[in-house]
Amino acid sequence: MAVEEKEIEWLGKSVKRKEDDRFVRGAGNYVDDVVLPNMLHMAILRSPFAHARLTSIDTSAAEALDGVVAVVTGALLAEHNLAWMPTLSGDTQAVLATDKVRFQGQEVACVVAENPYIAHDALELIEVEYDPLPVIVDPKKSLDDDAPVIRNDKEGQKDNRIYHWEAGDKEATDRAFEGADVVVSLDTHYPRSHPAPLECCACIADVNPGTGKTTIYMTSQAPHAIRTVFAMVTGLPEQNIQIISPDIGGGFGNKVPVYPGYVVATAASLLIGQPVKWTEDRSGNLASTGFARDFHMHGELALDRDGKMLGLRVGMLSDQGYAYADAQPSKFKAGLFHIVTGSYDMPAAHVVTDGAYTNKAPGGVAYRCSFRVTEASFLIERLVQNAAYEMDMEPAELRRKNFIRPEQFPYTSVTGFIYDSGDYEKALDLALEKSGYNELRAEQKRMRDEGKLLGIGLASFTEVVGAGPSRDYDILGIKMFDSAELRVHPTGKAILKLGVKSQGQGHETTFAQIVASELGIPPDDVTVQEGDTDNTPYGLGTYASRSTPTGGAATAVVARKLREKAKEIAAHTLEVAPEDLEWKGDHFFVKGAPDQSTTIQEVAFAAYTNHPQGMEAGLEGVTYYDPPNMTYPFGTYVVAVEVDAKTGEWKVRTVVAVDDCGIRINPMIVEGQIMGGLTEGFAMSSMQQIAFDEEGNCLGSNFMDYLLPTAWETPHFELHETVTPSPHHPMGCKGVGESATVGSPAAYANAVVDALLHLGVRNIDMPMTSAKVWEAMQQGRQAQDQ
Amino acid sequence: MFPRSFEYFAPTSIEDALALLAEHGEDAKVLAGGQSLIPLMKLRFAAPDYIVDINRIQGLDYLEEQDGSLRIGALVRTSDMERSELIASRYPAMAAAAPLISDPVVRNLGTVVGSLCHADPQGDWASVMLAMGAELVCRSATGERRVAIGDLIDGPFTTTLEPNEIATEVHVPDPGAHSFGTYLKLERKVGDFASVGVAVHLALDGDRVERAGIALTAVGAGNIKAKEAEDALAGAVLDDATIDRAASLAAEAADPKTDLRGSADYKREIVRVFVTRALSQAATAKAA
Ligand SMILES: Cc1cc2nc3c(=O)[nH]c(=O)nc-3n(C[C@H](O)[C@H](O)[C@H](O)COP(=O)(O)OP(=O)(O)OC[C@H]3O[C@@H](n4cnc5c(N)ncnc54)[C@H](O)[C@@H]3O)c2cc1C
Repeated sequence: MAVEEKEIEWLGKSVKRKEDDRFVRGAGNYVDDVVLPNMLHMAILRSPFAHARLTSIDTSAAEALDGVVAVVTGALLAEHNLAWMPTLSGDTQAVLATDKVRFQGQEVACVVAENPYIAHDALELIEVEYDPLPVIVDPKKSLDDDAPVIRNDKEGQKDNRIYHWEAGDKEATDRAFEGADVVVSLDTHYPRSHPAPLECCACIADVNPGTGKTTIYMTSQAPHAIRTVFAMVTGLPEQNIQIISPDIGGGFGNKVPVYPGYVVATAASLLIGQPVKWTEDRSGNLASTGFARDFHMHGELALDRDGKMLGLRVGMLSDQGYAYADAQPSKFKAGLFHIVTGSYDMPAAHVVTDGAYTNKAPGGVAYRCSFRVTEASFLIERLVQNAAYEMDMEPAELRRKNFIRPEQFPYTSVTGFIYDSGDYEKALDLALEKSGYNELRAEQKRMRDEGKLLGIGLASFTEVVGAGPSRDYDILGIKMFDSAELRVHPTGKAILKLGVKSQGQGHETTFAQIVASELGIPPDDVTVQEGDTDNTPYGLGTYASRSTPTGGAATAVVARKLREKAKEIAAHTLEVAPEDLEWKGDHFFVKGAPDQSTTIQEVAFAAYTNHPQGMEAGLEGVTYYDPPNMTYPFGTYVVAVEVDAKTGEWKVRTVVAVDDCGIRINPMIVEGQIMGGLTEGFAMSSMQQIAFDEEGNCLGSNFMDYLLPTAWETPHFELHETVTPSPHHPMGCKGVGESATVGSPAAYANAVVDALLHLGVRNIDMPMTSAKVWEAMQQGRQAQDQ
Repeated sequence: MFPRSFEYFAPTSIEDALALLAEHGEDAKVLAGGQSLIPLMKLRFAAPDYIVDINRIQGLDYLEEQDGSLRIGALVRTSDMERSELIASRYPAMAAAAPLISDPVVRNLGTVVGSLCHADPQGDWASVMLAMGAELVCRSATGERRVAIGDLIDGPFTTTLEPNEIATEVHVPDPGAHSFGTYLKLERKVGDFASVGVAVHLALDGDRVERAGIALTAVGAGNIKAKEAEDALAGAVLDDATIDRAASLAAEAADPKTDLRGSADYKREIVRVFVTRALSQAATAKAA
C-alpha cells in the first residue's frame, strides 16, 4: 500500500502540551483531590523551640475531644521502632521527637481525626513541656569545641561535624598558587532558600487490613525509590506497597525525600485500619521540608599575569540543619559541588568541604540544581568576574581565554568529571552579540558620568546532569539508571510507562514525541504513564535534570528495540527479507520499491493478528538504561541592571540567555524550563532567603516573608540557543531543567556588583535586597572618603 | 489553615449589626473585606466566637464629597479608590497609595475603613489619612463619635475603637483648592507590605505651602505623623533648603527597627529620600 507523504519529524517541534488540557480546565488530580471511603485526617503539632528537651507530653485532653481517633507521639512510634527514619544521605531523622526537639517546626505529635478542623482543634489541647537548650544557628560556631552536641542521640557523635570531604589535588594546587602572579579570593554565603512548590506535600496512606495491601498516594518525585525505602523502614513486604504519585504541583527537589508526615500517616493507617490523609500547610512546608543551598563558601583563584588560570582552591561549609538529609549520590558528600572548576581548563584544583549540624530544618535538597552544582557554578562565576576586575581585563575575555576548547572534549577535569561535549566560546559570542554587550559597556560609562548606575553581569556556566552512570551514582545504594516500558496496542496506539515522574515538566508530551520520532506513532496516540509503582517499571524519579538523559534515553532505546521487531513482522507481511526493508519515519518500504510498504500501525496490528511463526506475539518491550556518562549542558547569560543610587533598589533591564542543551525535543517546553529557571535565579538573587534569628526562629515560614516573584517584577527574557549534541545520549539530548537556576544567579549578582564597581564593591551576598545594596554603596563611599 | 469554629451573623442593617455587637461585645469581630481578619483566624492568631459580617448592609459603600469634605463609607474597597475619578482628580495621595496596596484580589475586597481599624503599622491607608487630617466616624447602639486617625491608633494592631462600635466612615477635610499629594512606598516585590512608606499632602497657596501633612508607614509602632516636618513646611516656599530640612525632620520622626528588610539607618534614610522626592516633585509641578 502506498503511503502518502506526511509530517513525520517530531523532534524539535513545539507540540502543545498534552497535559495542559486537564490543567487549564482545573481537572488535574492532585493528592488532596483524592478522597477515599472512611478517610481520616491528620494534623501535625510542631515545636515552637529550636532546641529543647522534651520533658512531657500530655495528650489526654486531645484524645478526649469528640471526633479524635488517635494521637500519635514519638513514644508510641518508638514502641514500633519507627521514631527515627533514615535520610537519603544515610543519616537519621526523627519521625516524631522523642528526646529533644532540634529545630523550630519539628514534628512533635500528630492527631488523627474525623475531619481536619477537629484535628487542628485537638492540636491546641496537647500539652507539651519543653526545657529549652542553647541554640546553634551559625554553622561556624557549631564546630567550636564547646558547642552543645545537637545529635547526642547518635552513638559516638561527640561534636556537630557531619563530614569532611575533599576532592582534587592539594599539592598540585599549592604549587599552582606558589607560581601565581595574581590571586583573587571571595567569601560568600549562598543563602538557604526553599523550592516552595505551589502544591505542598501531601499523602493518603491506606493500609487495608483485609488485603494486606498498602496504597499510598503521595506527592513524590521518586515513587519507586520511596516504595523501597518504605519497605525497608516499616518492614512491610514491598510487593504489597503501592505508591501512587498523581498530578504533582511542582517539586523542584522538595518532593524527593521521605517526610515524617508520610511515615506517621502510614503508621496511623496501619494501627487504625482506615485511610489517613495528611495535607501539609504552607508554613509546615517552608519551615520543615527540604530547604536548599546554605553553603558558606571561600574561593581562591590563581592566575598568571596574562590571565591564564592556574589553580582553584575552595573551602565550603554546609549548614545542614539537624540532620544530613541531602538528596544526592552516596559517593559524594557535598553532591557534585566539586564541579566547581566550571567551564574552565583548570590545571589544578582542591576542594575541601565540611558539613555541620545546626538547629534548623534538615534538607539540603537540590532545588533545581543537580546535586549542588548551583553553588559551585555561582562561586566560580563570581570569582572569575572578580578576577577580571582585579586584572583590569574585560570579564568576557578572561572567560574566553580559559574556556575548555571544543577539541578538548571529552575533557577530564581535575576533580574527576568527564565533560562529554561543549563549545563555550560559541555560546559566549552569541550572548555578547545578542545583548549588545559592547554598547551596554559604552552606555554604562555614559550613565556613570551622569551619576546613574548600570551594571552588566555575565555567567558562562557548565552543568553536570543526568545522574547517572551506575559506577558512580546511587541513592542509598540503588543505582541511578532509569527505565521505559513501551506497549504498542493492536490498533497502533501506544502506552509508554516510565520510572521518572513529571511535576510539571511536560513528560506526557516530550516523551510521546520521542516515541513518535523513533516509531512514527503520533504523540496524540501515545499515552505516557508515570507515578504508579504497580504499573510502571522501576526508576529513580525526576530531579537533577535527569529525566531526558535517563528516562528519555530509555524511551528511545526501547522504541528502537520495538522497531527492530516491527521490521521482522513487516518483512513477514510484505513477504521479503528484513534486510530488504528500509524505515522512513512511520513506515517500512521495500528498497527500490517504495510503494511496497507498511505503516507502523499495520505492523502493530499484525503483531497481534498475523505474527510470524516462532516469534512471540505482541509489540511490547522494556529497557533499563544505564547512562554511560552524565550530560553537560552549558550556556552564557548576560544580565544588565540599573541600580538606584539613593535607595539601593535595582531593576533588571536585560536578560539574554544562550543555552546549549544539545538536541531540543520540544523547544517550547525547553524554553519554559529556561524561563522558570531564570525567574528562580532572579528570586534567589533578589529576594529569597529562609533566615533565622538568634533563637532559631524561622523567619521565612510564610509567603509574606519568603518572597516569590510575580509576573510584575520578573524580567523579560530573551532566549537563544546553540546546539552541541551529547555524543553518548541516543538522541543527542542533554538535561535542561536546571540550567537557568544554576547559571543565572551569578549573572544577576555580577551585574549588581558591576554597577557598584567604582565604589570598590566586590561582593554582596544574596539575596541582594535594596538594603544590602545600599549598605554596600555606603561602605564604598565611606572608604573612598577616607 | 483551619480556623476555630465560630458563629456567623450577616445582619442587613447597621442597627442590627450594632445590636449584635452590644450583645456579644469582646467576643465578636466585625468582618469587612476579611483580608486581615480571615488570615489571622486561619492561623488561629485570632479566634472570635462571633463574626458580624457587615457586607450585606446596604448603603455603606458611598464615596462622595459633601459640604467640601470627602466621605468614604465602611464598604468602600481599595479597588473603588483606585478606580474613582473623584479620587484621581482631587486626592492624589490616595490615588497614589491605592494601587500600591497588595494585589488586585486583595484590593477588590479589602476596605479603607477596615485597614484603619486593623491598625497594622505597615498599613498604607492610615498614613495617607494621617497626612490628610482625616477622622473616623464610629457608631455604637448608643451613639456616634468622631476620632482623629492619630487618636484611633493605639499601637500595633490596637485601636481606641470600643468592642461595641462599628466604624461607619472616614471623613476627610477639604484638601484645598490647590493641593499636591503623593504616596511613595518601598516594597520588596509587588503586593508586599511597606518596608517604608511616605504620604505627603500639601495645601498650596501660590508659591507657599499653606498646610502640610506628612505621615510615615512601617517605621514605628504605628503610622507616624511627622509633625515637625509639617511645621517646617507650613508657610514656607519649597526651595532646596526647606525641602532638605523637612526631609531630615521627617527622617528624625521615624523610629524604625532593624530587620530583614533593612537596618534602622537604611529605613530612616529612605524616609529622607522619599520626602525629598515628594517635595521636589511638588516644587517642579508648581513651577511647570
Ligand atoms: C496578601 C495581602 C497583602 C496585603 N498588603 C497590604 C499592603 O500592602 N498595604 C496595606 O495597607 N494593607 C495590605 N493588606 C491588608 C489589606 O489592605 C486589608 O484588606 C486591610 O488591612 C483590612 O481591611 P478589610 O476590609 O479586609 O478588614 P477585615 O480583615 O475585614 O478586618 C480587619 C480588622 O478591622 C476590623 N474592622 C473592619 N471593618 C471594621 C469596621 N467597619 N468597624 C469596626 N471594625 C472593623 C475587623 O474586626 C478586624 O479586626 C494586605 C492583605 C493581604 C491579605
